[in-house]
Amino acid sequence: MRKKYLAGIAAATAALLATTGCSGAAAPSASAGGDVTLEFAQWWEPELPSGSLRALMDQFEQENQGIKVKLISGPYASTKEQVVAGAAAGTMSDVVGLDGAWISDFVKQGSLANLSDLMKAANYDDSQLAAQVKLNGSTWMIPVANFVYPMFVNEDLLKKAGVSEVPKTRTEFTAAAKAVSALGGNVAGWAMPLDTATPNGIQNDVMSWVWASGGSMLKDGKPYLTGNQDVKDVLDFTKALYDAGAITKGSFTMKEQDKVNEFTNGRVGMVIDSLAHVNTLREQNSKLNFTVSAIPVKDGYTGKGGIPYASWGIGVAANSTHQAEAFKLVSFLMSKDVNAKLCSAAKAFPGNNTAVPDFVSSDPVFKKAFEIYQASNVTNEFVGLPVAEDLMRSFDEEFQKFLAGKQSADDALAAAQKQWDAAFAG
Amino acid sequence: MARRAALLQALPSPAAESDGGQDRLRAVRRGAVPFGYLSPTVVLLMILMVIPIVMVIGYSLMDNVIMKKNPQLVGFKHYIDILTSDTFWSAASNTAFFTVVSVVAHLVIGLLFALMLNSPLLGGRTKAVFRTIYVLPWLFTVAIIAVLWRLLLDPNGVVNYLLTTTGLTGTQIEWLSSPETALFAVTFINIWSGYPFYMTSLLAGLQGIPGDYYEAAEVDGANAWQQFARITVPQLKPIIISMALLDFIWTTQQFALIWMTTGGGPLGTTEMLSTFTYKLAFTKYQFGTASAAAVIVLTISMVLAFFYVRAQRARD
Repeated sequence: MRKKYLAGIAAATAALLATTGCSGAAAPSASAGGDVTLEFAQWWEPELPSGSLRALMDQFEQENQGIKVKLISGPYASTKEQVVAGAAAGTMSDVVGLDGAWISDFVKQGSLANLSDLMKAANYDDSQLAAQVKLNGSTWMIPVANFVYPMFVNEDLLKKAGVSEVPKTRTEFTAAAKAVSALGGNVAGWAMPLDTATPNGIQNDVMSWVWASGGSMLKDGKPYLTGNQDVKDVLDFTKALYDAGAITKGSFTMKEQDKVNEFTNGRVGMVIDSLAHVNTLREQNSKLNFTVSAIPVKDGYTGKGGIPYASWGIGVAANSTHQAEAFKLVSFLMSKDVNAKLCSAAKAFPGNNTAVPDFVSSDPVFKKAFEIYQASNVTNEFVGLPVAEDLMRSFDEEFQKFLAGKQSADDALAAAQKQWDAAFAG
Repeated sequence: MARRAALLQALPSPAAESDGGQDRLRAVRRGAVPFGYLSPTVVLLMILMVIPIVMVIGYSLMDNVIMKKNPQLVGFKHYIDILTSDTFWSAASNTAFFTVVSVVAHLVIGLLFALMLNSPLLGGRTKAVFRTIYVLPWLFTVAIIAVLWRLLLDPNGVVNYLLTTTGLTGTQIEWLSSPETALFAVTFINIWSGYPFYMTSLLAGLQGIPGDYYEAAEVDGANAWQQFARITVPQLKPIIISMALLDFIWTTQQFALIWMTTGGGPLGTTEMLSTFTYKLAFTKYQFGTASAAAVIVLTISMVLAFFYVRAQRARD
């Protein structure tokens, strides 16, 4: 009898497991009291000073009674996986942190809500937005905070190498990089991370040279690599540096963080890096004497230079049952004061064009970077492209073969073009 | 009349029918008891194993599922695409090298260290110290191992410093960034991180071999090698087979270590089936093709698992 009783309990447990395990999508996020709870998935919280994002959410909750915000925070890569999986399962968080490189694929997947429609419904004035990521005529992502990538220069190393001025052209850069490398002691002129696991080095450290001199990797929105002299010049320029030993060793599997570490430890003269790393550099090496400047241009170029950027973008899930409330959170984060507060904490440039973060006037490095930012075309041609990360990776693989001497620049560009064309054809 | 009486006798009386029904019910209940006990496990297996596997197999036959709202059935197209892809075969070849070398080295190093720790030549304290040192790699998570070895093998890292200052090499070696050395370097890291599993299991096995066997062998005049080959190895054989098969299965699926050290590069020299599948899914968003690659890896693992189960049965 006892055995049967126990078996009954086991069967009931099994039934419970089956019902909970197979229940599928999350329950609608409205609590018993009628409050709406918005889920906000992003990778920002771990990268911000502790408690700063939560404090903004508390402010939002106070200003919008009846709406609660639950932060779902994780590293960048896992946020992306979460968004992909959540969109497929219909369990995507109401508000999501986005990278411009993901947008095309998420729009194709149908996982994002059309922000143009939400703005219209909320009578939102979008003239205050510095940028909007649009596809098919509609907005899908709004950049909240922008991180520009200027060139960081170790002034002490350059001085030691006899370089008196920060390079402004590629020729000057090559000479400076070689001079710094000639110092010996495992010091190199430049660092170029090409790790294929996170191939954003192609965007930040390679294509940035093309954009800095007004070049483009696209023509009419389509890949333009074969026969593109601007891109080929950059390939030849980097190969010359590579062959001369002016680039830090280990490029092929170097990650962005390794590049930052090399610069922090005073082993590299110049790097193209995110402004977000200024504080890290200072905290980890208080003796590091560095400045920022625009990325050097090709000799003779006098036009407006481009400067690469990465954004913390924001979007609303198509499956959200509280899109109006979700957009309230978006507009809150994009409002002048809140956006300035968030960007001050993140050391980023604001997505609201009237917001002015406090660090711009108080810190000389940021002040200079802000001047470069205002004088340049903020460019990132990978934003909005299909499978943007894979485009970087395929270019990276061909570029590495070129650097290793296994193929010519023309062959590398032709091979990358073929892969990019296939990706665009979808 | 007599016929009617016989017929009535043949039919079960209402009371007898009721008893029979209860018997049947009792028998059904009795039969259901084991299923009741098994049901939580069965349901868990269904939710955590069977349903996901069936879904992935289903995805592998569909045209880019997940990214499309209404995916179409494309049959074995993804399998054909993968099996005719050079990258897949390159990844399969790298995985085979990585796995075979890792498993063999794990076994050899694990056995050597286990023999050393079981040796009567070493004192108790010495053994305890070595046991602690040798087991250390097993205590680190993959992320720590990857970061640690990335720093050690960095061109400006400790390994190159030692090699250059002792004059063993003239220049810095790009262990993880050079196509010539990267596969060897990640295999070495995997060997370093995995041998303690063998060492501890084999040590337990060695301690379970009765000393009488060795005493008898010594009386018969067997030398150390003969004792090792004729007593130690046959006694450890079931453990070795089980562990080698498990290690084969785990190593073919190794992802985190590769992803965090080389990401499959440089020039695809450390691309494994796991990284190949991940890239298909999360950077190309080709979930159908990625599912097909995952099913192929699953099939390989199933074959290995079959041999593992067979070895376990033989052992029992």
